[in-house]
Amino acid sequence: MKRQKISALLLRLSVYLATIITIGALLFVAGYVLVKGVPNLSWKLFEWKYTTDNLSLLPALLNTILMTALSLLIAVPLGVFAAIYLVEYAKRGSKLVRLIRMNAETLAGIPSIVYGLFGMLFFVTALKLGFSMLSGALTISIMILPVILRTSEEALMSVPDSFREGSFGLGAGRLRTVFRVVLPDAIPGILAGVILGVGRTVGETAALLYTAGTSSDTVSGIMDSARTLSVHMYALSQEGLYINQTYATAVVLLVIVVGINALSAMVAKRVTRRKI
Amino acid sequence: MSNKKSLTRETAAGRNNQVREGAARILFLAAACVSILAVLLITVFLLVSGVPAIAEIGVFKFLFGTVWKPGNDIYGILPMILGSLYVTAGALVLGVPVGVLTAIFLSRFASKKLVSYLKPAVQLLAGIPSVVYGFFGLVVIVPLLGGRGSMLAASIVLAIMILPTVITVSESSLNAVESSYYEGSLALGATHERSVFSIILPAAKSGVTAAVILGVGRAIGEAMAVIMVAGNQPRMPQGIMKGLRTLTTNIVMEMGYSADLHREALIATAVVLFVFILIINFLFSLTKRGNKA
Repeated sequence: MKRQKISALLLRLSVYLATIITIGALLFVAGYVLVKGVPNLSWKLFEWKYTTDNLSLLPALLNTILMTALSLLIAVPLGVFAAIYLVEYAKRGSKLVRLIRMNAETLAGIPSIVYGLFGMLFFVTALKLGFSMLSGALTISIMILPVILRTSEEALMSVPDSFREGSFGLGAGRLRTVFRVVLPDAIPGILAGVILGVGRTVGETAALLYTAGTSSDTVSGIMDSARTLSVHMYALSQEGLYINQTYATAVVLLVIVVGINALSAMVAKRVTRRKI
Repeated sequence: MSNKKSLTRETAAGRNNQVREGAARILFLAAACVSILAVLLITVFLLVSGVPAIAEIGVFKFLFGTVWKPGNDIYGILPMILGSLYVTAGALVLGVPVGVLTAIFLSRFASKKLVSYLKPAVQLLAGIPSVVYGFFGLVVIVPLLGGRGSMLAASIVLAIMILPTVITVSESSLNAVESSYYEGSLALGATHERSVFSIILPAAKSGVTAAVILGVGRAIGEAMAVIMVAGNQPRMPQGIMKGLRTLTTNIVMEMGYSADLHREALIATAVVLFVFILIINFLFSLTKRGNKA
């Protein structure tokens, strides 16, 4: 009896300890970056043009926004349309559906540096797009496609069949049913996935180094080379001379990415609450 | 007369509709096939650019060569293969127990209210970009370990990075265990702790295994966080306090200035990494199938 009590206590302790380590790691990483970075934030870091003197992160921030927009422009229609096919058109469990799912899962597991190399070989060299925003965005859009596809699929599947039956019963065709009835109901779920994709894009470095390049200016077009905020932070930290500015850049990056993820979680939560 | 007119108009509209439906169907199908096309393109481009280099260097010399000296045209990637495996193993040793135990806490010990605070926190941990993790490792963990990049530093950073994956996937599989198992165990006189560890955890085994495999995939594929803390010396790993280089960092370090065979050898490095990832994906789908059965 006593032995049982002791072992129960030990097990309980180990579980508590692990949770404290997890939360401690989170607080430590985020807290350390914030504490070191916030005092180093200054207006100089947000000047319009990057120079080696001000190390402004504004151009990289603008590039990040453009890169994200461009990637979404490609990946969202592809992902949502693919999900529509899988849920609304294909026979559930057919060979093609399984093949598509398998490939999407494979894509989700490929490391970002492999995407980067592929982007360099295919978009930069074979399609002759050069180190450019466009090459980077195309690479990123393949990378975030599985995220958007999967969340859209789930969102579409959670729309009750009675909606579709009602629409068909009123004489609407499949296409009309999808766009007028199913899609509007699924939009919050899709949105949560899109926001996750944004978070991944903003945080991505390895896939962009050899596709979008590392030019530190704001782009003037999609064929320009451009570094996003993550790449900018990596470049700064590699130089080793600008540790304070790197901390500050890390804060901006952290706040943006964590904010985006929190937004996605909020949207997703609202969806599930409404469903209940 | 007018009746007939409206009839033809209707069939025209109907045909129009049919065309639109057909076009939409093809469009959606095409979008769905993009994933297949992407995997094909990635595989083909990596193989076409990487395999000739492996053939030129020699499969055995490439995979089992212990020296990487691009300047002398010596390309052995065994140090990097071992580097990736060691760093990943280290991350598992440190990260999996903490992750699984945290998942157990969230699933079976914590109050609902506590879970509603802790779960978003774990998700935030997943959202932190890898450069930020790498930088944190560079300014905090590396100095603590003697100021030089090392295998241990890389394993610690990766252990933190795989925590969210391990926790989230394990927790959902723990939550899915039928409550009758637990109740039966309690009825037989076991404590809550014993029931959780001896009954629920084994029942969730395949889910926890899947979580670990996903963690392996994340750790082995990570480049930016590792490059900032691992030291990156292209030599056989020499101990946990010494620097080493992984497959991913080998590519990032040298791609920028490489040419010809050197460049192709780096792409071949990515081919090896890709094969590792395919094996991991395969194992993952196996455990998932095991789950369903």
